[in-house]
Amino acid sequence: MISIEGLSKVFTSNKSKTTAVENLDLNINDGDIFGVIGYSGAGKSTFVRLLNRLEEPSGGRITINNEDITAMTARQLRIARQDIGMIFQHFNLLWSRTVEDNIAFPLEIAGVTKTDRQKRVQELIDLVGLSGKEKAYPSQLSGGQKQRVGIARALANNPKVLLCDEATSALDPETTNSILDLLVDINKQFGLTIILITHEMHVIRKICNHVAVMESGKVVEQGEVMDVFLHPRQHVTKKFVEQVMGNGEEDEDIAGIAEAYSEGNLVRLHFVGETTNQALISKLAKKYDVDINILQGKITQTQAGAYGTLIVQIAGKDIEEAVRYIKEKSSVEMEVIQDVK
Amino acid sequence: MLNDIKFEDLIEATYDTFYMTLIALIGTFILGIILGLLLYLTSKDGIWKNKSLHFVISAVVNIFRAIPFIILIFLLFPFTDFLIGTIRGPNAALPALIIGSAPFYGRLVEIGLREVDKGVVEAAKAMGAKTRTIIFKVLLPESMPALISGITVTAIALVGYTAMAGAIGAGGLGSYAYYSGFMRRDFDLVFLCTVLIVIIVFIFQFIGDMIATKLDKR
Repeated sequence: MISIEGLSKVFTSNKSKTTAVENLDLNINDGDIFGVIGYSGAGKSTFVRLLNRLEEPSGGRITINNEDITAMTARQLRIARQDIGMIFQHFNLLWSRTVEDNIAFPLEIAGVTKTDRQKRVQELIDLVGLSGKEKAYPSQLSGGQKQRVGIARALANNPKVLLCDEATSALDPETTNSILDLLVDINKQFGLTIILITHEMHVIRKICNHVAVMESGKVVEQGEVMDVFLHPRQHVTKKFVEQVMGNGEEDEDIAGIAEAYSEGNLVRLHFVGETTNQALISKLAKKYDVDINILQGKITQTQAGAYGTLIVQIAGKDIEEAVRYIKEKSSVEMEVIQDVK
Repeated sequence: MLNDIKFEDLIEATYDTFYMTLIALIGTFILGIILGLLLYLTSKDGIWKNKSLHFVISAVVNIFRAIPFIILIFLLFPFTDFLIGTIRGPNAALPALIIGSAPFYGRLVEIGLREVDKGVVEAAKAMGAKTRTIIFKVLLPESMPALISGITVTAIALVGYTAMAGAIGAGGLGSYAYYSGFMRRDFDLVFLCTVLIVIIVFIFQFIGDMIATKLDKR
């Protein structure tokens, strides 16, 4: 359990003060993948660096597993940091060391013996899928491979918490996905708590179960990812949701669609975290004498199931029964746009 | 004219030049790295950020770099006499050589350290590394190619300094060219010494470049 109370950070330079993080409260449960999203300058990067005191907090308290990080002496903090892994946007590997020596570095710091180090490094290389690259130097690796080394290095001392500072922002979309899959794997396998900073809603959608939205140093909205997706309250949050779901411009086309498809019923289906009703449309078609025509929509997968909207045309004999089935037997929310009858 | 040259003397002079340069180089390397580290670590974003200490070290480095080498040798006569017990011979040249070139190399070390990716230092901190670990396992290895190129440049300057030190009695090729060549109007000998010095410089440059390339895995 990570609890943050009244955390703030003020940068002072040339008599001008900049508040990067302001009076921030958060609780993060063990085993969570907690996403913090915000635009550049929202203070999210400063926030994650405050957690292991790479930046010294100006005020507030951080407790990780009942240890008060903020009250620690430099010496205690060094020991505590060995339990907090961190990965970075630009990987921050030592170019003068090979892959295996990079991964061994935190073990050297923790004073692990050479034989134990070699054993652990091999385990980690297998875990992140870099077998055969042990002797390569970072300059010989691709971005995704470098981040895998970063992850292996961060996991070397079996930390309980992993901090990810824009860990996928320098990677292409495909590599981003493979790194995210690896993070979910690690989270499930070791029950590791992951705190992830990003400006991409796609990342939040794909792997997080909780999210906090930051703006001007404050958390303006937080909750379960599905709730935030469904009911974004703040303007920034809506913007971020649009990144993934499109911007609702399609609503304007509905009149056009209604004109073009005048037969049968036009309904809008909202899939909200569906895991059991994903085959709804084929089920309806099998069960009742109806034809279902998908006209428009977008469904996306989150950690809590499918989420999105479809506009469909239902035509045929059993329209009423089919509509009743959706209303009563499925958890998909339905809205009738046009009822031609 | 060249027939008069005693080859044993020439070999001894070459050996003395090598000896002075190498020993001074080792001293310069160690002292320069210490100075460079202090400059880097006490600077504005350094781990041991300390404005007054940085100012003092910086001032000392700048003063010693400003003193012309030949004058530095004179200034250091009492110190050399106290330390070595004489002011003549190759060993007597060492304190002046090291004190003359270490501040210069210290600045090169500082520049090299600044080139080290701040993110890597930060990553080491995030892993719980002590300052000592950061210095010996991050800063120095990551800046090693720059440190080697720097010491190569310094080595070449040092060969020049040994010739100057030679002119006031330290021995070596500079001294040989001056006393046995210039003073006796034997310009062939002066020329021969010059060629030997140039060869020595080339050797240092070649070795330095080779090591720097081999170490650079970027």
